Amino acid sequence: MISSLTIAQAHKKLRNKEISSAELVQACIDRIESVDKSLNAIISRNFEKALTEAKKVDSSGGFTNPLSGIPYLTKDVYCEEGVPTTGCSNILRNPTYTPPFDSTTTKRLKKAGAISIAKTNTDEFTMGASTETSCYGVTRNPWDTTRVAGGSSGGSAAGVAAAEGIFALGTDTGGSIRQPAGFCNVSGMRPTYGRTSRYGVMSMASSLDTIGPIAKTAEDMAIILQAIAGKDPLDGTTSDLAVPDYVSELKVSVKGLKIGIPHEYFIDGMSPDVEKAVRDAAKEYEKLGAILVDISLPHTKYALATYYVICPCEVSSNMSRYDGIRYGHGVTGAENLLDHYEKVRGEGFGPEVKRRIMVGTYALSAGYYDAYYRQAQKVRTLIGQDFTEAFKKVDVVLAPVSPTPAFTVGAHANDPVAMYLEDAFMDGAVMAGIPALSIPCGFSNTKSGVPALPIGLQLMGAQWQEGTILRAAHAYQQATDWHTKTPNL
Amino acid sequence: MTSLTSAQVRHIAKLARLTLTDAEVEKFAKELTSILQYVDMLGEVDTKDVMPTAQVTGQSNSFREDAIRTDGATPDDLLACSPLPKADHQIVTPSAHG
Repeated sequence: MISSLTIAQAHKKLRNKEISSAELVQACIDRIESVDKSLNAIISRNFEKALTEAKKVDSSGGFTNPLSGIPYLTKDVYCEEGVPTTGCSNILRNPTYTPPFDSTTTKRLKKAGAISIAKTNTDEFTMGASTETSCYGVTRNPWDTTRVAGGSSGGSAAGVAAAEGIFALGTDTGGSIRQPAGFCNVSGMRPTYGRTSRYGVMSMASSLDTIGPIAKTAEDMAIILQAIAGKDPLDGTTSDLAVPDYVSELKVSVKGLKIGIPHEYFIDGMSPDVEKAVRDAAKEYEKLGAILVDISLPHTKYALATYYVICPCEVSSNMSRYDGIRYGHGVTGAENLLDHYEKVRGEGFGPEVKRRIMVGTYALSAGYYDAYYRQAQKVRTLIGQDFTEAFKKVDVVLAPVSPTPAFTVGAHANDPVAMYLEDAFMDGAVMAGIPALSIPCGFSNTKSGVPALPIGLQLMGAQWQEGTILRAAHAYQQATDWHTKTPNL
Repeated sequence: MTSLTSAQVRHIAKLARLTLTDAEVEKFAKELTSILQYVDMLGEVDTKDVMPTAQVTGQSNSFREDAIRTDGATPDDLLACSPLPKADHQIVTPSAHG
């Protein structure tokens, strides 16, 4: 099945004329048609346009760029000109929002020759850890369809795991690339804050939002990051630092690389299978010549609480744009402007978005700002300092992605705090603005009818050091074969 | 311990321009209380003399030329996205006073 190829493999075949881009796009379309009914990873299809673009790429012929002619999936928060984009929210479905412009990232990928074929499911405006808050319903895990694929980029992770696309785009505000990648046995990366442009991607929490790749290998992530990273005048938070050659850096050995193991990321209540798989991965690095160092990140336990103040505060501000004036949900019979706003937002937003808007509105209201938002921003500074200290001693921090493998659909339906705790190991990197990735590192033991489920390994690097964690991930994938395991569908 | 009443929830919803049903008000009072009680742990951290982080990579004053771009969507393209009627290249909204 050619849709299960990596970018690097597909590129070689395209260059050698063993396959055409049109064939590759068609293979992904066929795969979506045959397996997506049981997953719900894809929420809108862009097949005709994709096939037309593929034929164009085929006839122009050179395939000089590694992404030329490669089909990919796009999370439903990236604007693409003329392609319906809804953030998986009812507030953008009646009428369906069809952006008249491209996000910088999809524009850069288009320039590289990559072909966007479909939109993937996400929690509503990326708010969630399970894709269950999507207005299109949950995405199911390809390894066990009674379980979630994770979130919010659950559709992108499940889609890549199921070979519905060669790679996918996701967004990571509080773990939304890494956690679903870990649940679905694929590779996903949150770059340094400001390494990639968010222009044309629907905002959630602007001081935390990043966009990045979900792929089948670390090598593919390096290829994608190479194409999308770098200064964008349309996103003032992007850095003008030069983008290094990530693909060449993959060749550098991990011999002598110092890898820190923070004891705060191995907590009571985590799955013993997860702990074993992650500690085994650390041993694998030792075998490859890396040096393991015990470290401490003392403010780790506050990262999640910090996130659940800063995020909803910024959500309450960002979501104010959905007022049913310039775009979005139409209502009839509003008595006046205030009534219009309240009806549009009351009908259009789902429960998790409302919950976060309410928490944020409360925390930012007069008299509470210092106790919540400002205090959280100060704790954020302390979390960042923990990492700054750590990276004086080590090059990479190694930790689990999630405390447990994928949970069942509906498991946290009535307990928002339990759902938030799924991201306990995600938010340290978020607060520090550092790059972090997730790669497959094993499976849980099969027990009492529960099949073996994927386990993710998290690698974090210092700000702007994406190259270091990518080469560490690549070295691991050269030595192990976890990332090559695919689900039976 | 922070705890929110239904009346407070209604007040917040009004500030946030959200219509909530009675069932939603009751549910949110409980859920928002549990979220606020969870984040209350931040109060135990000593942050005396700690500066808040608003921009994590240290970037400040990122300027660009104040020039009109002509390579993107046109004003009419953007107006077409509105669910409301248009008149004379403007969106007609319900009255702010009515």
